[in-house]
Amino acid sequence: MTAFVESRPMSAARPIEKGETLLSVDGVSLSFGGVRALTNVSFDIKKGEVRAIIGPNGAGKTSMLNVINGFYHPQQGTIAYKGQVRRRQKPYEAASQGIGRTFQNVALFKGMSTLDNIMAGRTLKMGVGLFWQLFRYGPALNEEIEHRKKVEEIIDFLEIQHIRKTPVGKLPYGLKKRVELGRALAMEPELLLLDEPMAGMNLEEKEDMSRFILDVREQFGTTIALIEHDIGVVMDLSDRIVVLEYGRKIADGSAEEVQNNQAVIDAYLGVAH
Amino acid sequence: MFYREAGQFKTSYQADSAVFPILQDRIGLAVILAIAFGVIPFFATEFFVQGIMIPFLIYALAAIGLNILLGYAGQLSLGSAAFMGVGAYTAYKLVTYFPETNVILLILVSGFVPALIGVLFGLPSLRIKGLYLAVATLAAQFFLDWCFIRIAWLYNYNPSGAIEMPARQAFGLTLTGPAADYMLRYYAVLGIVVLMTWFASNLVHGRIGRTWMMVRDMDIAAQLMGVKLTNAKLTAFAVSSFYCGVAGAMLVTLYLNAAEPGAVFTIRQSFLVLFMVILGGLGSLIGSFFGAAFILLLPILLRTAAASFHLPIEVKNIENLQFMIVGALIILFLKFEPHGLARLWQVGKQKLRVWPFPY
Repeated sequence: MTAFVESRPMSAARPIEKGETLLSVDGVSLSFGGVRALTNVSFDIKKGEVRAIIGPNGAGKTSMLNVINGFYHPQQGTIAYKGQVRRRQKPYEAASQGIGRTFQNVALFKGMSTLDNIMAGRTLKMGVGLFWQLFRYGPALNEEIEHRKKVEEIIDFLEIQHIRKTPVGKLPYGLKKRVELGRALAMEPELLLLDEPMAGMNLEEKEDMSRFILDVREQFGTTIALIEHDIGVVMDLSDRIVVLEYGRKIADGSAEEVQNNQAVIDAYLGVAH
Repeated sequence: MFYREAGQFKTSYQADSAVFPILQDRIGLAVILAIAFGVIPFFATEFFVQGIMIPFLIYALAAIGLNILLGYAGQLSLGSAAFMGVGAYTAYKLVTYFPETNVILLILVSGFVPALIGVLFGLPSLRIKGLYLAVATLAAQFFLDWCFIRIAWLYNYNPSGAIEMPARQAFGLTLTGPAADYMLRYYAVLGIVVLMTWFASNLVHGRIGRTWMMVRDMDIAAQLMGVKLTNAKLTAFAVSSFYCGVAGAMLVTLYLNAAEPGAVFTIRQSFLVLFMVILGGLGSLIGSFFGAAFILLLPILLRTAAASFHLPIEVKNIENLQFMIVGALIILFLKFEPHGLARLWQVGKQKLRVWPFPY
């Protein structure tokens, strides 16, 4: 089961021990024209923890993940991953450094089967060239089978064997979310960003998904940053929580600290002026 | 009843991920190949081979080329005929310069020039998508077609502006030119098409094909999986144009023998290939064959039907009738079955699998 944990070092940076800072966001500001999505946000994510980013709608949570991913480039501030400050970065570079991601509104490859979707997650680790691909023989075939084994381990882990060959467009919502998690896991990421993994799920599905998230951390040692609106889930799952409101950080700390923070209570419940 | 996979258990991932995992499919393919190589040459008439089979195979290859780009990588192109033309003119120049070389080799090599030009005209795809990209490839269509008329070097300064294939040989047999034997040409075309279809099938089932489909279905997520969009889109353009180019080269060398300026590789031809892909099925190789067969056979069927029933229809009206039928079918397919004839084939196979039960 733990066979696909042995993630190859993907960049030259030294390995980060558990509890050390994996990613630090320092004074990041992002605006689109006159709209300020993020204003001077700083926080860090430590290796091996489940870090939640919460906040009311439009607080800038997804923008924050997009900045970490390299889809957006902040006007101010720096992001250091594994101790290295990065320059303007392309999304595929973030991927090759070991940052995986799921999306708020499922972004699966809908014309492909579950198996192919998860195989797609292994693109970065495959590399046999055009010549052998033309013949689907020798190195190309071996590579395909070797990665199929890893993909099957993920399929086992997420208990989705029965939908292996089903086109993902036909799957119910809860399973789509699970396949998307599988696709991100196939990258063997060091940091996994989950954008509302439980949105639109019923209680049972939420319980399943929570279990998978905790299992992922336990079995593969993956660091997880998640955005979620279900406060109960967030409080139970996460080690530390960042709270954003209108693009500013208003609180940062453990579940109890955040729960008792007056600014957070005001943000969620509103204040009488 | 005959088409059941019950009892065919897969014990390795290799067997499970095979291109044809079901035994009956493999038998069916073998039968089709046996008929194509062994039966047709002995029983078919010259008209059937020369007038139906050769153009069908050539256009099927062109449709595979466009299908790789449109059906697998999701990039709409209206320049397929132009890339076929580049292949044809490359082949013509090559047989001029290397008269002693095996002409089949030259036809295959002709694909590399359109591949390069395809990459060049694929560059706009890095910035624009969908219909806007189609308009950009339209520029390729008109510019290249213009080149075929205006650049005299391309047609060896022939006063008529046409290219006429000289007689050239492969393995000591004359394949090109008006005097070539139609059966030899059929074997040459069939061999090239089968080989290249096999390559295409391997490509789309492997890593590269998956990359294309990732870009087609969700380019943002594809980037996140580490796909460089630039590479994925441009390889799709290169491979697609290579296929179109070889098809164009075969069209001129092994079928038409000659090409009038501005008459063969026109926008009309581009749309013809596009219709084959849409009717046959986007993202399906077998669909490309269905589409090519349908579009090419329809006029012949209509003509035969009109003649055998003694219908009082003029020849030019038959052509109009064909336009009407194809047009109506394209609208119907786009509306009700975007995956085309290939999906109908799939549904038919599924029905056969579970027969006599509905599911």
